[in-house]
Amino acid sequence: MKRYSAFAIAREALRNHTGWDRAWASPEPKKRYDVIIVGAGGHGLATAYYLGKNFGITNVAVLEKGWLGGGNTGRNTTIIRSNYLQDPSAAIYEKSRSLYETLSQDLNYNIMFSPRGVIMLAQTEHEVRGYKRTAHANALQGVKTEYITPKRVKELVPIIALDGPRYPVLGGLWQARGGTARHDAVAWGYARACSAMGMDIIQRCEVTGVTRDGGKVTGVTTTRGDIGCDKLGIVVAGHSGHLADMAGFRLPIESVALQALVSEPIKPCMDVVVMANTVHGYMSQSDKGEMVIGGGADGYNNYTQRGSFHHIEETVRALIETFPMISRLKMLRQWGGIVDMTGDRSPILSKTPVDGVFINCGWGTGGFKAIPGSGWAMAELMAKGTSPLADAFSLGRFREGRFIDESVAAGVAH
Amino acid sequence: MTTRLATGGRLLDRGRSVSFTFNGKRLSGVEGDTLASALLANGQMLMGRSFKYHRPRGVVASGAEEPNALMNLGSGGRFEPNQRATTQELFDGLEAASQNHWPSLEFDIGAVNSHVSRFLPAGFYYKTFMAPRPAWKHVFEPFIRQSAGLGRAPKERDADVYEHAYLHVDVLVVGGGVAGLTAARAGGLSGASVLLVEQTGHWGGRAPVDGAEIDGQGAEDWIASAVTELEAMPNVRLQTRTMGAGVYDHGYALVYERLTDHLSDKTGPRHRLWKIRARHIVTATGAIERPLSFAANDLPGVMLASAVRDYVVNYGVSPGDRTVVVTNNDDAYRTALALKEAGLEVPAILDARLEATGALPEAARAAGIRVLTGRGIAKVKGRRAVEGVAICAQAGEGAVLEEIKCDAVAMSGGWSPVVHLWSHCGGKLNWDDAGAFFRPDPSRAPTGADGTAFVTVAGTANGHLLTAEAIADAHEAGKAAAKAAGHTATRKAAPKATSEVEAPMAPVWMMPQGAGAALRQKMWLDYQNDVKVSDVQLAAREGFESVEHTKRYTTLGMATDQGKLSNINGLAILAGSLNAAIPQVGTTTFRPPYTPISMGAIAGEARGELFQPLRRTPLHDWHEANGAVWEPVGAWRRPYTYRKPGEATEDAVAREITATRASLGLLDASTLGKILVKGPDAGRFLDMLYTNMMSSLAIGKCRYGLMCSENGFLMDDGVVARLSDDAFLCHTTTGGADRIHAHMEEWLQTEWWDWKVYTANLTEQYAQIAVVGPNARKVLDKLGGMDVSKETLPFMAWADGALAGHAVRVFRISFSGELSFEVAVKANEGRALWDKLLDAGAEFGATPYGTEGLHVLRAEKGFIMIGDETDGTVIPQDLGLGWAISKKKDDYIGKRAQERSHMTDPARWKLVGLETVDGTVLPDGAYAVGDGVNENGQRVTQGRVTSTYYSPTLARGIAMGLVLDGPDRMGEVIDFASLDGTGTVVKTKIVDPVFFDKAGEKQNV
Ligand SMILES: Cc1cc2nc3c(=O)[nH]c(=O)nc-3n(C[C@H](O)[C@H](O)[C@H](O)COP(=O)(O)OP(=O)(O)OC[C@H]3O[C@@H](n4cnc5c(N)ncnc54)[C@H](O)[C@@H]3O)c2cc1C
Repeated sequence: MKRYSAFAIAREALRNHTGWDRAWASPEPKKRYDVIIVGAGGHGLATAYYLGKNFGITNVAVLEKGWLGGGNTGRNTTIIRSNYLQDPSAAIYEKSRSLYETLSQDLNYNIMFSPRGVIMLAQTEHEVRGYKRTAHANALQGVKTEYITPKRVKELVPIIALDGPRYPVLGGLWQARGGTARHDAVAWGYARACSAMGMDIIQRCEVTGVTRDGGKVTGVTTTRGDIGCDKLGIVVAGHSGHLADMAGFRLPIESVALQALVSEPIKPCMDVVVMANTVHGYMSQSDKGEMVIGGGADGYNNYTQRGSFHHIEETVRALIETFPMISRLKMLRQWGGIVDMTGDRSPILSKTPVDGVFINCGWGTGGFKAIPGSGWAMAELMAKGTSPLADAFSLGRFREGRFIDESVAAGVAH
Repeated sequence: MTTRLATGGRLLDRGRSVSFTFNGKRLSGVEGDTLASALLANGQMLMGRSFKYHRPRGVVASGAEEPNALMNLGSGGRFEPNQRATTQELFDGLEAASQNHWPSLEFDIGAVNSHVSRFLPAGFYYKTFMAPRPAWKHVFEPFIRQSAGLGRAPKERDADVYEHAYLHVDVLVVGGGVAGLTAARAGGLSGASVLLVEQTGHWGGRAPVDGAEIDGQGAEDWIASAVTELEAMPNVRLQTRTMGAGVYDHGYALVYERLTDHLSDKTGPRHRLWKIRARHIVTATGAIERPLSFAANDLPGVMLASAVRDYVVNYGVSPGDRTVVVTNNDDAYRTALALKEAGLEVPAILDARLEATGALPEAARAAGIRVLTGRGIAKVKGRRAVEGVAICAQAGEGAVLEEIKCDAVAMSGGWSPVVHLWSHCGGKLNWDDAGAFFRPDPSRAPTGADGTAFVTVAGTANGHLLTAEAIADAHEAGKAAAKAAGHTATRKAAPKATSEVEAPMAPVWMMPQGAGAALRQKMWLDYQNDVKVSDVQLAAREGFESVEHTKRYTTLGMATDQGKLSNINGLAILAGSLNAAIPQVGTTTFRPPYTPISMGAIAGEARGELFQPLRRTPLHDWHEANGAVWEPVGAWRRPYTYRKPGEATEDAVAREITATRASLGLLDASTLGKILVKGPDAGRFLDMLYTNMMSSLAIGKCRYGLMCSENGFLMDDGVVARLSDDAFLCHTTTGGADRIHAHMEEWLQTEWWDWKVYTANLTEQYAQIAVVGPNARKVLDKLGGMDVSKETLPFMAWADGALAGHAVRVFRISFSGELSFEVAVKANEGRALWDKLLDAGAEFGATPYGTEGLHVLRAEKGFIMIGDETDGTVIPQDLGLGWAISKKKDDYIGKRAQERSHMTDPARWKLVGLETVDGTVLPDGAYAVGDGVNENGQRVTQGRVTSTYYSPTLARGIAMGLVLDGPDRMGEVIDFASLDGTGTVVKTKIVDPVFFDKAGEKQNV
């Protein structure tokens, strides 16, 4: 792998950029691998990367039915934060956030991690209490967050309308070291690094079946032939139910479309990420200048990866209340991604009923931020059979009722 | 120099001049101009700067596809960035300013990027800016952000209003060119209800400029008569300045109407967003011309041939004195002829094809224009504007054969049908070799619920570039759409058009074909985002083989025009680099909207007061007038407390609590959910819904009930009253009413659809007033009308009756531990009853109290609050509410879940009371720490605060919390971590959660 640097660009500029290598190879599948990962999204690629980097396992194939990074990894709104409430969540998201801080240098690929800070607005008394509680929890979890006043919110986000009229801003939970990163670059950076370690990333290769022998995995069938393996990692987000079905087990997962949109680009006007959960919307400004906006998931199960309108309308309404100036911007593009939702809104990183098959899914609407940490934990789980970051997220928790509920959805105020 | 011609301009009303400003300079145009044509008429070709290299840019197009001429428009509350000058109609007083430059359009510092562009190829930022690490955040990123971004950010609140409108039609026809008019006519004649929308301000599309003959008339006359015919049809509705923005599942379409953008007078809604349900959609959206990729094709003065023609014919504007036309097809000859006819010079037509023998080339030759075949442009000369072209053989590497002086270039690389709306909902495309474009594949159309197609594409958009074919196709499409909507297709004949026969075009993706690296680095594909042929080739070389990868790596097609000009050209270059056929590479996905639509229009009327309209109880105005400090709760706003003049909020709360405990308090409890559950199976249904047994509740009695989710967690609580044998009234939390009602309906409709139960949410039908305190009974007795004595109306009973002349239902329930009656009355009598209670209660010092008082009163009694003591992870057993779980029932929602091992594990966090050792108030949300850290290095915790208050009754801080094995640890002192960053802890004693009147004597009097 030729290193990337300003010097390399200067060198190549002199020969019209004809000397750049492929970022990743495009090999034919081999007959068998030690490990096969299904799904070349961020989580699949990160799993492969840390298998190689942390455990020296490099006889690995990552199989992707379309183009790498083309699932939710390439569709999300790239918010990165780790101020989660429950201990297991805070642990894996904080690990992830800290890996993001040095990921560009680690991968020699600028993934543009931008620790610009994330504010979650408190707009009801109930939210105020919830975020104060989170701040308390985070302090004990080693996650740096702060509960801030409306005045401080306004300093950080000058374009915000603090006083409603419907839901005045009462405060906010601020994580200064949260932010965003360039989603495609995360997938590409990992892919390039995996390829450099000798792993095979095989695109346009759909897994169509999981072959087993007496309860143990032996390989997969694909649109590009049968491939054998000792261990299989299923990391396919919205399509997890299908893959589990191929392997002969069921998952407590529902797949729904989550909607997002961007505005046309404008000059910088908002330096931080703002999430407004009471009104249901969040917004940040990309380095290109687009306002990146997200909100709700469709209320029905679905596999079509396209935008629907009603949630866009709800989200934009909410954000115009919060940021009145966006009313005169224009929506450039909307899209949807299929997210995999569990009953407690927390992910699954787990062994499965099939020996040698591991699953990583359920990241739902918020797994971009988890990519490095999830890959790290999944690699450890696959290599050693256990991982302190992953163990709480096992499938067994649904049987035991040991939920890791981050939605705190049942909470209401009288 | 661009200028206004002495004659011509079919859309102009030359008699009416319009004054406007550009970058602060006062200019004038003519009624009918677009901002772009008016600027050209004023000699202003330079209209903007590109995104990455800040290259000077002129207008290239004349419509929605324009990538360069984007403007900041208006000012103050009417400021808007990134509006296309080509689609903005001119009006008196219009203020426009160019964007993305500093300090000025003419001199822009950012243009240095252009000089070092060889160091900034596609994706260069992924390869650098990595060291030193903090530099990305503090130096590189701010720099990149500042130089990107195009228009300015609006600052003020939007001064305009917007609205939504709704329409059901049989057939929606998008596009008011001759094909759209024909399709609408065929649909209308077949009896279908039709909505025809056109994005510009005029009908007919390109035909009047291109000059076809239809039904023996000139295009312009035919269009006028077609519009008259359509206007006369009662089942047809026509709208201009209305764009088909998006097509969604099941015939749902978004249509965007611009009402005042073209007017000086801005009264009324600015935009109207139509939500259309159509049985069938016909898209007759035409085609967009493609640029050609030759070196320096981005210089101001290089324009699409069709746009040049539009400016001359529609707006009487010359794009230059001498225009070289460069093409790979016959159509561009029309531009040469139009220029000639307007008295302008066309020094040459460069045709990349080896021969040009059709009627149009012959006409050009006959007009004295020099036609060079097999030729192309090696390079456009000039630095900030076109000064000439260097000519080369298309087949060669760019050796210059000749140079021609000119000040404009009209280019045509062929046409691409506009297939966006077809594709939004999954319509697929086929590659058409002859036309070198993608066209809709009717066998893979977007389909509705019944599996049949609901979108048809008509005319040029369907790949029929000749008017005659387009019209015939559109007539059939209109008939088919009407038929699909259940009508009998008209037997009337299609309009007949004649058009010149054109010779086949020849695909030209790079000019010249063998251009070397130096030229390829100057060939722009995506003007706005500065993506060049060399960038796409670099992406391919680096393995970004998927078209989506190339798009994302180079940013091709990601600008505000979403690649309307660049996508096909870019695809072809990618396919060439990969040695693959174009259809094998495929297109990127088309997403709504077709062109950007305002956020204001998306939100519609729902702003300010109308954003989530406030629900008001019948007492809302009283609260407002009496010092209420409001708290949003669900869709309501409830008084947190009532402040007297000069009183602090905490003091007001304490005053209300003390008065209630001592004598008499009044609470507006109207927001509490009230759901009527009725039917022969109502008892059985509630037995499943609640953990308690409800079917055994006696008529006239109340019971406190708990509701759990399927996962076993407590989700709501409230008092259930049995009204009759088959009717129950279920009270829910304020925030829970709608959710619980939906929850009931979900179970009834999906699982127990055969049970005979109906539910109705009566929340707003009643005002409900809690009359609380030792003197509560006295005040009711004073009002008179019913017996509320202990004997007649014992605790947990209810009765219908009358109070002070109002028909009421009185529930003897208490959430405060005091003697308490909740009085329900018809909503419209609520205020009267409230006033009478205040009057009669005056002698007892009747004190209205708010939600905070309510909270403290209940906490003093150890009553849980949904959302405080629960958070979606708590089961009733954790809260000491095991008594409310019936042991006699086989099942209830959540029962099975509660039997899981973790739920029955005795070592759970359980409800206790908490008292700080020093009497202070525990911090909200604090955690109790245990010993050491867990395997992930996090501090071990053993409990948390769920509610914490200052109790005026006990004159100290009290709290409730969940603590590991809490009920078994009474009296133990544990440490709660404070948040002051010093690691100090608050010493806290575990106590009984009932702080006040443990025996419950006060409520049972
Ligand atoms: C609109 C939207 C906004 C979001 N915003 C955020 C945010 O702001 N912050 C955040 O942290 N998270 C966000 N998320 C969530 C985040 O995108 C996902 O959790 C995360 O990207 C999941 O990554 P993944 O690698 O698991 O899945 P994916 O990226 O979807 O990868 C799964 C891959 O598996 C492949 N695959 C599927 N089936 C097969 C098969 N049979 N054979 C081979 N390959 C197969 C797919 O093609 C795909 O490439 C958002 C999601 C969406 C949709």
